[in-house]
Amino acid sequence: MNILFDERLDGELVQRDKSEVLTDLQQAVPDMTLLYREEDLRPFECDGLAAYRVLPMLVAMPDKLEQVQALLKRCHALGVPVVTRGAGTGLSGGALPLERGVLLVMSRFAQIIKVDPDARLARVQPGVRNLAISEAAAPYGLYYAPDPSSQIACSIGGNVAENAGGVHCLKYGLTVHNVMRVDVLTIAGEHMTLGAESLDTPGFDLLALINGSEGMLGVITEITVKLLPKPETAKVLMASFDDVEKAGRAVGDIIAAGIIPGGLEMMDKLAIKAAEDFVNAGYPLDAEAILLCELDGVEADVDDDCDTVRRVLEKAGATQIQQARDDAERAKFWAGRKNAFPAVGRMSPDYYCMDGTIPRRELPRVLKGIAALSEESGLAVANVFHAGDGNMHPLILFDANQEGQLGLAEEVGGKILELCVAAGGSITGEHGVGREKINQMCSQFQPHEISIFHALKAAFDPQRLLNPGKNIPTLARCAEFGAMHVHNNELPHPELPRF
Amino acid sequence: MTEQAIADRDIADALCEQVRSAYDARTPLRIVGGDTRAFYGRPVEGQALQMAEHSGIVSYDPVELVVTVRAGTRLSALQAELAEHHQMLAFEPPMFGAASTVGGAVATGLSGPRRPWAGAARDFVLGTRIITQEGKLLRFGGEVMKNVAGYDLSRLMAGAQGTLGVLADISFKVLPIPTATHSLRLSLELGEALNKLAELGRKPLPITAAAWHHGELLLRLEGGKSSVNATQERLGGEPLDAGFWRELRDHRHAFFTCSEGQALWRLSLPPNSPPLALDIPETDIFYDWAGSQRWVKTALDADTLRDACQSVGGHATCYTPHAQGGAAEPFTPLNAVVEKYHRNLKAELDVHGIFNPGRLYAAF
Repeated sequence: MNILFDERLDGELVQRDKSEVLTDLQQAVPDMTLLYREEDLRPFECDGLAAYRVLPMLVAMPDKLEQVQALLKRCHALGVPVVTRGAGTGLSGGALPLERGVLLVMSRFAQIIKVDPDARLARVQPGVRNLAISEAAAPYGLYYAPDPSSQIACSIGGNVAENAGGVHCLKYGLTVHNVMRVDVLTIAGEHMTLGAESLDTPGFDLLALINGSEGMLGVITEITVKLLPKPETAKVLMASFDDVEKAGRAVGDIIAAGIIPGGLEMMDKLAIKAAEDFVNAGYPLDAEAILLCELDGVEADVDDDCDTVRRVLEKAGATQIQQARDDAERAKFWAGRKNAFPAVGRMSPDYYCMDGTIPRRELPRVLKGIAALSEESGLAVANVFHAGDGNMHPLILFDANQEGQLGLAEEVGGKILELCVAAGGSITGEHGVGREKINQMCSQFQPHEISIFHALKAAFDPQRLLNPGKNIPTLARCAEFGAMHVHNNELPHPELPRF
Repeated sequence: MTEQAIADRDIADALCEQVRSAYDARTPLRIVGGDTRAFYGRPVEGQALQMAEHSGIVSYDPVELVVTVRAGTRLSALQAELAEHHQMLAFEPPMFGAASTVGGAVATGLSGPRRPWAGAARDFVLGTRIITQEGKLLRFGGEVMKNVAGYDLSRLMAGAQGTLGVLADISFKVLPIPTATHSLRLSLELGEALNKLAELGRKPLPITAAAWHHGELLLRLEGGKSSVNATQERLGGEPLDAGFWRELRDHRHAFFTCSEGQALWRLSLPPNSPPLALDIPETDIFYDWAGSQRWVKTALDADTLRDACQSVGGHATCYTPHAQGGAAEPFTPLNAVVEKYHRNLKAELDVHGIFNPGRLYAAF
């Protein structure tokens, strides 16, 4: 399996004796919880991508910033890699530990430092759960907009590290659009504040760079997020279609009508069935696809927009259109979508969730390609789709206990991502590259582009101690696994060995 | 606005060639689009890298809400094309002259009155093609709304003023032009106005611009007809010509004429910051962005202004560094650690210092 850290391809790591590192860190940071027994390390062997597991050398659980700083300084001096972890809900193996590395768990930093309703800002520690921010802001009529499906459990530090999305991105943006300021510690233990409570800062936009950098550039120690006034009202329309393609076209028609819905989601027949069996959301089981369109804002505008969208959907050939009568029904409609992953999980022993993005116009073609891959492999694929922003989540159903099925699922997943890249899209819209999509990075980017990423990394962490092996592949890895781009028949980096 | 057809010319190869030669010969380059923003930042000595010829819309699909344009395309021409399809660049980039280009708008990263509500220039950059120090044309980001593959180099380029690479093409997220708009003025003293803005800010109202000057709170409402009408009725006030916001955005408003010895400063402050304790008459301050961006005409020195801003968590930029009384260092100096990582980045992406050297800071 190529997914676990492979020094031959991912770069050499310093070899250090575990007891030597343990003793060193215990002396350097005496009051910090440091786990080293196998049974204590076991719970940390994977994140939300449970198919990949590695026991870390040590797990550090600091509860003071001075401890984080001291730990980083020691690891820097020793050349020991550091993998940072928040709530461990990430789906791309971004917090997959290293056998020779320290896993730095930030979950004890769980304080909401301040909610400032007049400035509409919240200052929080990285271990604060995403939903907890909105809960703390609710008394002031405010909320934090990005809402990844895991929002009850995922923490904001991880959200920033992965530039997390959710179902409301088209209108409200990703994490990067909603974060004002981030405090980081570099691998050398230096403190930096990126961004500010003001709307800009002098110099380079390092705040934008740190969002989505997957723990490769620094360790996030504090975050200030923007809060928005809760929309006065939100209404949901559910439209059924007898054809996936028609549903896909309807998405474009809604946008073409000048409407930016708060959420615009699509599910195919298999996903509808799974969700309906699981939560009885009231989804039509005979439909080939449904669209959920949420319109939010000021009551009068939302009513006008609902009328417009209804007309657009009718014209696009919807077989049935329902508007949630009240908040309870609206919550029910969403419950099906928000529980789509666990719902599919009930249908199959295992599933593998993909995260490609495409221009919306390519949807019919890519769905056909996915159907063909599904047929060819014999693995069922359920499609859940943030249709408004072109972010697909095909769920590949398989049984890991059957010989070869995990490998087959990974292969189908890889091919789906390549379909997305070929359609002008991306291998990841919101889950991140992590360890999972490290090989697919080689099909999205040329070696010269990957070299620029390495240059950025070198500016912050020249020894490559922060989360090595994640996010950006080495050129050696691309040469071996990637569908390397060959331009003008000129093989880039001919000096590299091809294994 | 009448616009000529946008010239469709791709001179990326020639630009790459010039950058390669400059890299080999270690010749500093001054990246020039319409040359309308040269006043912003420190002066750059170098061979001109002329971008204006590299123009045209590479692709535009209104339904996808994405447009990709060459950096030398005139901002006004792009906006006219988007307007044909009832769409816009929501960050309202300032235009300091007709020749103003898209590349210059992104490189300086400046945003207009809608910024606090809609987002900044960088928020609408989805992808770029960049010419690197070695003269290679590389693609980062893309033409999709969500893309977290690799580091976000495109957003890093926004506001870096060409010091890390040359922006060749830019893909933007575009948005529909709101169906209804109404601007109004309310007679309010500064303190009352700031309180009112804090109060309004906590409500889901369709406000997309808020300024205060000379005893008047100036507001723009944009959104659906129903909500704009309802909010207009609720707030009252006198109607304001929508052209006011363009004058403010492009500094064509009478306020922006400085007297002798005065420099124009931009103070960027946290939302809800109180008036700063500075010896500046109220008539020489223009509050924009609901108070987060304040334009100031003053003869006060840079340190005095910067200390006052820093005490509340903001910073100050001199917009007239080349004028008498202007600051030699237009941008607030960085702290030592942040500066170190700026230098590291510059050293990695522009080892010979050929890209707009010294434009942001003397050191890089």
